[in-house]
Amino acid sequence: MSIHWFKTIRSSALILLLWWVSMPLHAQLNIEIFGGGASRIPIAIVPFAEENKLNQGITPVIGADLQRTGLFKLVDSSGLSPHVPTDVVYADWANRGANALVIGRTIALSGDQVEIQFRLMDVAKKSQLTGLSITVPKTQLRAAAHRIADVIYEALTGDVGVFSTRIAYVLKRGNKYALQVADADGYNAQSIIEYTEPIISPAWSPDGNQLAYVSFENKKPIVYVQTLSTRERRAVASFKGSNSAPAWSPDGKKLAVVLTGQGGSQIFLVNVDGSGLQRLSRSSGIDTEPNFSPDGRYILFTSDRGGSPQIYRMAITNAETSNAERLTFEGSYNVSPDFSQDGKSFTFIHRGDSRFNVAVQEIGSRQVQILTNSKFDESPSFAPNGKMILYATEIDGHGILSAVSRDGQTRQHLSVQTGDIREPAWGPLPKWK
Amino acid sequence: MRKLAGIALIVLLSACASQTTQPEVDDLTAGGVGSGSGGSDLMDSGSGRPSYFSQLQDPNSILSQRSVYYDYDSYTVRSDYRELVLSHARFLRDNASASAILQGNTDDRGSREYNLALGQRRADSVKNMMTLAGARDEQIESVSLGEEKPRALGHGESTWSQNRRTDILYRGE
Repeated sequence: MSIHWFKTIRSSALILLLWWVSMPLHAQLNIEIFGGGASRIPIAIVPFAEENKLNQGITPVIGADLQRTGLFKLVDSSGLSPHVPTDVVYADWANRGANALVIGRTIALSGDQVEIQFRLMDVAKKSQLTGLSITVPKTQLRAAAHRIADVIYEALTGDVGVFSTRIAYVLKRGNKYALQVADADGYNAQSIIEYTEPIISPAWSPDGNQLAYVSFENKKPIVYVQTLSTRERRAVASFKGSNSAPAWSPDGKKLAVVLTGQGGSQIFLVNVDGSGLQRLSRSSGIDTEPNFSPDGRYILFTSDRGGSPQIYRMAITNAETSNAERLTFEGSYNVSPDFSQDGKSFTFIHRGDSRFNVAVQEIGSRQVQILTNSKFDESPSFAPNGKMILYATEIDGHGILSAVSRDGQTRQHLSVQTGDIREPAWGPLPKWK
Repeated sequence: MRKLAGIALIVLLSACASQTTQPEVDDLTAGGVGSGSGGSDLMDSGSGRPSYFSQLQDPNSILSQRSVYYDYDSYTVRSDYRELVLSHARFLRDNASASAILQGNTDDRGSREYNLALGQRRADSVKNMMTLAGARDEQIESVSLGEEKPRALGHGESTWSQNRRTDILYRGE
């Protein structure tokens, strides 16, 4: 499967020295899926009526979304084409082993609008489980398909769907670095900023409207916050020394950052406008990679205060503190923590036998599960429903994105033919969720 | 003119001193010492640079050597780089208007942010040695580039050893 990363962003020279993308970026994105849970839900998706007249298919997007979760098995629908419930012969679908059936139609309206009517049918009960009618402009057909996939996923699993979310990552090609935002399936990639110096550590604001990141364009790391809709950006932490590792507070008002200006690498809190600097951690070692708990009361971070890098948790108080609880004990290198949305677990990178792998630890039981067997995994980030983890890994010396299901059963790779993808961050649920 | 330059220097230095208790706003582009916009009397006529830069770039001078390398997982300045660091420290001590930026670097194994912190530790080790030898704190900014700007690409010890280093840069150079 391959597509073009096709969006063009009009250049708007807000800041001198930065050059903005004004040419379409062409690169092929490949998606590969490995494994799959033992008890996948068999689902048949019938191409919607009149769908083939649209410039963008709907049901292929829905099918790919569901398949990537590892929770669904697509049942062949060839030869059968019901579009409304009265056309459905349930016995046909039961014979093919489908438990669920997706049917629907598309109606071209005036003024480039398209109405999509879809229904999710329960084959055993011979009844409709749910349905939806959406009217969108022709340019938003993929987004509409993701919404439908979300509705199906939610009806059949009981969990919130994340197909309408976005991801951010850094694409390095030659000596150019692009901070890109794409749909959760890797399509519609757009460069937010491109530069010839490294960019690392993108972090989504809780409302999904802004990205914080670290840029090296000024001979040292500086933390910026950029608004996606306007491309406007500002330096939030540009103090003497290094400025890095931004993490948003859940209310979106503050950032935890790592600064070195007062000695060592230590965690500070700063308002999003750059004011109100407050020191949070105090140790003689390295304290870095802060990540807020969903309730905003705690910060997970990486520290080598105990001799090797391990993950710690500290309560956020008004005074700086050296008190923190060590959470990881297996192995001599555990880094890059990211809380799950329920705050009950966190994902991180564990090094064992000189491999760097994605792991998850339950905070209550301290139980650790290693989810991957690759060699160089980096920067894991939970999907907002806690069911998948996005991370960067390396294949044949090439940086690619990968996602693994929370149980480690299913993995998918997203790669571009030229260039390295790294530093992924999974964005929040859209506001209407 | 010399007097004016002296006053300008005092203003700049006191501006720096007043900020040392707090992390200060980055002054790389703010027309600070050595940026070329102030202290023109320190310049060589025509070259647009303070006269001391000729020493820094003289290939026969140890001051033209700008990289300090480290052993694996180590942040202490090796004895074979001690004279190099001390020479730069003496240069800063003797040229009060010169200022340096020290960029720590690491190899590319592990977390990018953690490596950034490790690179900072390398730059800080050089800065500490320099300030103990008479350079002033305000003359030196230690920063880290982590694993982001490798001098050599690929895997293996010969590559990694080149990336475990601190580079010494002078402002205005």
